[in-house]
Amino acid sequence: MFKFLIQRLATIVPTLLFVSILIFGLQQLLPGDPAMILAGEERDPTVIANLHQKLHLDEPLPIRYLYWAAGVLKGDLGESVRIQKPVLDLVIEKLPVTLELALLAMLIALTIGITAGIVSAVAKDTVWDYAANVFALWGLSTPNFWLGIMLILLFSVTLGWLPASGYVSPFEDLKANLAAMVMPAFVLGNAIAAVLMRHMRSAMLQVLSTDYVRTARAKGLDERVVVLKHALRNALTPVITLGALEFGTLLSGAVLTEQVFTIPGFGKLIVDAVFNRDYAVVQGVVLCTATAYIALNLAADLAYFLVNPRLRDSHG
Amino acid sequence: MTTAITASPSSAASPGWRALKSLARRRGAVAALGVVVFFVLLALLAPAVAPYDPLATSWSAIRKAPSAAHWFGTDEIGRDVLSRVVWGTRASLLAGIVSVFISLAFGIPIGLLAGYVGGWVDALISRMTDAMLACPFLILAIALAAFLGPSLTNAMIAIGVSATPIFIRLTRAQVLQVKVEDYIEAARAVGNSPLRIMWRHILPNIVPPLIVQATLAIAAAIIAEAALSFLGLGQQPPAPSWGSMLNTAKNYIDNAPWMAIWPGISIFLLVLSFNLLGDGLRDASDPRQR
Repeated sequence: MFKFLIQRLATIVPTLLFVSILIFGLQQLLPGDPAMILAGEERDPTVIANLHQKLHLDEPLPIRYLYWAAGVLKGDLGESVRIQKPVLDLVIEKLPVTLELALLAMLIALTIGITAGIVSAVAKDTVWDYAANVFALWGLSTPNFWLGIMLILLFSVTLGWLPASGYVSPFEDLKANLAAMVMPAFVLGNAIAAVLMRHMRSAMLQVLSTDYVRTARAKGLDERVVVLKHALRNALTPVITLGALEFGTLLSGAVLTEQVFTIPGFGKLIVDAVFNRDYAVVQGVVLCTATAYIALNLAADLAYFLVNPRLRDSHG
Repeated sequence: MTTAITASPSSAASPGWRALKSLARRRGAVAALGVVVFFVLLALLAPAVAPYDPLATSWSAIRKAPSAAHWFGTDEIGRDVLSRVVWGTRASLLAGIVSVFISLAFGIPIGLLAGYVGGWVDALISRMTDAMLACPFLILAIALAAFLGPSLTNAMIAIGVSATPIFIRLTRAQVLQVKVEDYIEAARAVGNSPLRIMWRHILPNIVPPLIVQATLAIAAAIIAEAALSFLGLGQQPPAPSWGSMLNTAKNYIDNAPWMAIWPGISIFLLVLSFNLLGDGLRDASDPRQR
């Protein structure tokens, strides 16, 4: 276990290093003097001179990177030019909203994806299997921002059941919060449900053809027990770990979903930052998502390692 | 290998030809190909097909519901939605194809290098690929588009660069499989240069999975372009693009829903077709599925 952990951690360090170089490098894509752009419309010479000093713009590039990286390691992601707040504070402020959206979306995705996957594997080559596959293709091909607009058209404009936009904190009013979140969460979860369904189907088909499932059936066990108790437990493991890798899709999707439903989360933060030319915020958001993705990836690997006795034993 | 010598002439055809024949037997994939061809023709013939100028505004026809004069209705400044959907095909297809071409142009050589040379070169490239894959695809594309500045060209570059690591990884994995084959060993033994071995002997043998991935990547790139345009980072108004049409349509959803329906259906159909085509190609190029 310890050896595996060390090996795995050893690959993370260079990855994080490259992530930081990549994100720092984004700044170099800006044409001209970054201070001129960061200073905003007014282009106040004192502000520009200040920025030059603060961002070490007169130093050579590698030195600037080192200054920047040292700041990041200390939790200093720079400051928002627009809101005059540290980027880290902004990220921490917006994170809970997106986290709630992501968790609800994942819940919906797991429920739909796993159920559809089991059904299509058990009823392989029947109309149910066909329907589940059509659902998966539909989920993968529908742009989620369009699905969001269509749901608003149906449930808010036509039926008037749900609010079209806005966000209420769950601590203020849980019912209003869920009413506002159910559509965005479904929109976001839909595409991931499709991916999970495909994983679940193939994992389940594989498990259902194993010897121990045949033995369970031969013992005369009820088919429902065989599928839900014996097969599902083993088929679920790869699906959960693969599901963790969908985190990136979840965050990418959240950017669009939050835009459609005007939810003040992480995604809205980056889009607003892009339009306000608030580049430090853009960099900060990308850095945070990448770090979170790497951490989640590691957690998924560890989980897979822990639940798989064969891997555990071979690594001592 | 002996089967190839004794086999009948029809099955002795090249693997590519066999894959195409196998593809032709899949109804879903053939229908999808039909839809793709339809959209390609629509894009090429846009000036002839579109009933109106996609940029022409008309103050007497603002947000008019679909009618005989305007099949898909009109938008918030009286432009014909059908004409804009037809012209928007160009932006979507262009973005899909050009950005995947960018990914291939970078991904294949870098992947070949990593897989064939190995050692520290491979380690370096692999860690860089991991780093890019750690940034969610669309978020990386948004960040790139933001720093490059909003335009269709920059959106295509951003999408292409963001999708490159997938192709590096795929090419590398394929090279690792192929490079231990006897014919590569033979090519090396007769004194071929590494560059020639990579280009002439390895590359042709790893093309099928790359084609499958490229087809699926076009689907992803079309959605990504629509997403960037929806956010205002792709095709700039007034030039028509499905994504930016949806962005405006969102504001008029309660009194002009037709503005949102058609661009969305177009994205869905085109993306679905590329996904189906990619799935079909994958099954057709997999000998176990034939």
